[in-house]
Amino acid sequence: MPAGQVANLPYHGPEGQRTMMRNERVLLAHGDGGQMMADLIAGVFVSRLGTAEPAGDDAARLAAGRLAFTTDAFVVDPIFFPGGDIGRLAVCGTVNDLATAGARPLAISASFILEEGLRISDLKQIVDSMAQAAEEADARVITGDTKVVPRGKADLIYIATSGVGEVLKGVSVSGANAQPGDVVLLSGPVGDHGLAVLSRREGLEFESEIVTDCAPLGRMVQELLEAVRRVHAMRDPTRGGLAAALNEIARQSQVEIEIIEAQVPVRPAVAAACELLGLDPLYAASEGRMIVIVKAQDAEAALSALRAHPLGREAAQIGRVQEHHAGRVLLRTALGTHRILDRHVGEQMPRIC
Amino acid sequence: MESLKELRNPELVRRMAEAVRRTKAPPATLMEVCGTHTVAIARHGLREVLPDGVRLISGPGCPVCVTPQEQIDRFVALGRLDRVTLATFGDMMRVPGSERSLEQARAEGVDVRVSYSPMEAVAAAARLPEREVVFFGIGFETTAPAVALAVLEARRRGMGNFSVLCAHKLIPPAMLALLTSEVRVDGFICPGHVSVIIGSDAYRLVAERGKPCVVAGFEPADILRAIQLLLRQIAEGRSEVESAYARAVRPTGNARAQELLARVFEIVEARWRGLGEIPQSGLALREEFAALDAARRFEVAVPTAPEPAGCRCGDVLRGAMDPPQCPLFGAACTPATPLGACMVSSEGACQAHYRYRRGQAVL
Repeated sequence: MPAGQVANLPYHGPEGQRTMMRNERVLLAHGDGGQMMADLIAGVFVSRLGTAEPAGDDAARLAAGRLAFTTDAFVVDPIFFPGGDIGRLAVCGTVNDLATAGARPLAISASFILEEGLRISDLKQIVDSMAQAAEEADARVITGDTKVVPRGKADLIYIATSGVGEVLKGVSVSGANAQPGDVVLLSGPVGDHGLAVLSRREGLEFESEIVTDCAPLGRMVQELLEAVRRVHAMRDPTRGGLAAALNEIARQSQVEIEIIEAQVPVRPAVAAACELLGLDPLYAASEGRMIVIVKAQDAEAALSALRAHPLGREAAQIGRVQEHHAGRVLLRTALGTHRILDRHVGEQMPRIC
Repeated sequence: MESLKELRNPELVRRMAEAVRRTKAPPATLMEVCGTHTVAIARHGLREVLPDGVRLISGPGCPVCVTPQEQIDRFVALGRLDRVTLATFGDMMRVPGSERSLEQARAEGVDVRVSYSPMEAVAAAARLPEREVVFFGIGFETTAPAVALAVLEARRRGMGNFSVLCAHKLIPPAMLALLTSEVRVDGFICPGHVSVIIGSDAYRLVAERGKPCVVAGFEPADILRAIQLLLRQIAEGRSEVESAYARAVRPTGNARAQELLARVFEIVEARWRGLGEIPQSGLALREEFAALDAARRFEVAVPTAPEPAGCRCGDVLRGAMDPPQCPLFGAACTPATPLGACMVSSEGACQAHYRYRRGQAVL
C-alpha cells in the first residue's frame, strides 16, 4: 500500500472516530446535520472542549438552569430565498434554539462577515428582515460585530449569532428528558425551508412555489408551556430534518421513538418536489417547526395550545416514546411494516437512473 | 396525480400484499434489476409479504454500483488536469475510487460540480469558456437520451469546451449475461424507467430463454402486481413478457429516445463491476462526436488497482450474495464508512438493506 494511504481496515474504535479515519479533510458532508457532522462534533470538538449541560441540547443552561445560552452561524446559499433571507433565518434560528430550552429571548448578538462587493442595499434588506423577525419574536439584537473580507473570501455574507434567554419558571426541557410512554408531537408540516432554498439555488421551478417556513417560535412555545408546564423535550428539526432531530433525542434520552409515517405532515408541493429530486421529506430542513414531547396525558392540552397559535395550526401527533431499543428511531410505514430511521449520511443527493 | 393517490391507498396495498402472500407458487428466486426497485422494495418491506419459498434478490440495477472502479479513477484523473471542471450526477460523489472519491477530490481542490441534468453541464460550459467541462455519463437507457441531447446541443452551439466521459450501460444484455452465471434466477422484475425507453418487447430475448419477465412501476402496488404475475407464470410453466406498468410502458418503447441514442452512440463491449466484460452492453460516442468524447480528447494515466480487500460488491451485483451475507456488511462497511459502491449509492442493494433494515415489530 502506498505510504500515507489510510488502510481500509475495520476500525473498532469509539464510534465518534469511525468516519474520521477515512477523511483527512473536512468534507461538505460534515456540515449537513447528519451522522458525519455528529461524528465530527464528538471526535474533534467535544473531545477537546468538553460540553456544557445538558449535553447535546441546542442551548446550554447557565446560572443553575435559569438562563439558556446558544450560538449559531448562518451560511445559507442563496441569501435570498422564497419567503425569507439569511437575516430572518439568523434571528429565527437563534430564537428557536432558545425556545427548545423553554426560554424566552433576552438578548441576541449578531456578527457579520461581509464579502467585499456585497451590495449595501442587500445588506440593508437583510438587516431589515432581522429587525422584523426580532419584533415578531419579542427579542432584541443588542450587540454585534462587523468584519469585511476581500472578494472571493466569503460568499456575500455570513452571520454568526448568539442568544441568551430566560428559562420559564418551573420548566425543565431537555432532549435528555423524553420518557417511555411519552407522546411525540410536531407543530406543522416539515421540509418547506429545505426545498425552498434548494429550489432557488438550483433554479428549479415548481408549479406551486415552495416558501420557507422560517419563523420565530418563541411565543408559540411560551403559550404551550403556560398550558403544559412539564413539557419533557423539544427540538426544532433543521439540518438533517426530522430524522436527525428524533435520533438526537432518542440517543440523549436513551429511549426508542416510533413514528407513524402517515401522520407526519408534509405539504403536497414539498412531497412532490422531494419525489422529483429523489429526496426524503423526513431529512429535509424546516426553520419554523418544533418537535414537542410530552406525557401522554398532556398530549391533548399540548396540541390545543399549539393549534391555537398561528404557527402551530397544523400540529399533529406523530409518534410515541417507548423502551425497547435505546437510541433508535423506528418508522411505521403505510403498509404496517417497520423500518429503522437513521440520521442521514452525507449530503442529500438526487437520483440518477 | 389522482390515479397515483388511488394506487397508494394503504388499503389497496394491504389487500394486494395479502394476495401475494397467499399465492400458490413453487419455490422461486425473483430478481429485480433496477435501483429504484431495490429501494422501493426495501423501503416498503415488500420482502416480508412474499410467500414461503419465494426469494427476491437484487441484480445489477444500480448504474452507480456497476461502474467499475477504474472509470471513477479516470474521471478523478481528468479532474486533476489543468482547467478541467468535472460535472456529475450527485450520486457519484461518494463512490470510492482506488484512492479518492469525487467528494474527497473536491475537498482537495478538484473542481467538481453536481448537476441535476447533463444540460446543466452544457450551460456551465457556456458560462465558463476558459474551463474544460467534462460530464460523467453514468446511467442506463433512461439517462442516456438526455446525455445524447446534451452532446447534440453542445455541437450545435459549436462549443469546444464540453465533453462526456461515457460510461452508459444497457440492461437487457446484462440480464442475458446473468442467465449464464451460476446464480439461479426464475424470473425478472423488469425496470420501469428503462422500459419506458426501450419498450417491454426488449425482454423477449430473456423470456425466450425460459425466464418470465414482468415490467413494474415503482409504487408498492405496482411491484406487488408484478410479483403476482411472475409467480403465476412460474406456477403455470410459462415464460413471457408481461407488463404491470402499462400506464407508462409501450411494447416498442419511446421511438424518439431510441433514435437519439442511435444517432449519438454506438453499442460496445463494456465492463461491469461484478459481471466483468459483457459484449454489446455499453454505449460509446460515435466517431463523429470524437471531439466531445472525453476518453478520446484527454490523456490520463489510470492505475490498475484492486478492489478493497473483502469487498463483495461484485457478488452482490450478480445476485450471488445478499448484502447481509457480506462479512463487511454493517461492520466495517456502513453508509457512514462505505467500502464499496453498493453501500455508497442511494440505489445500492447494500445501502437499501442497511437503511431500511427491519426493526422488531413493536405492536
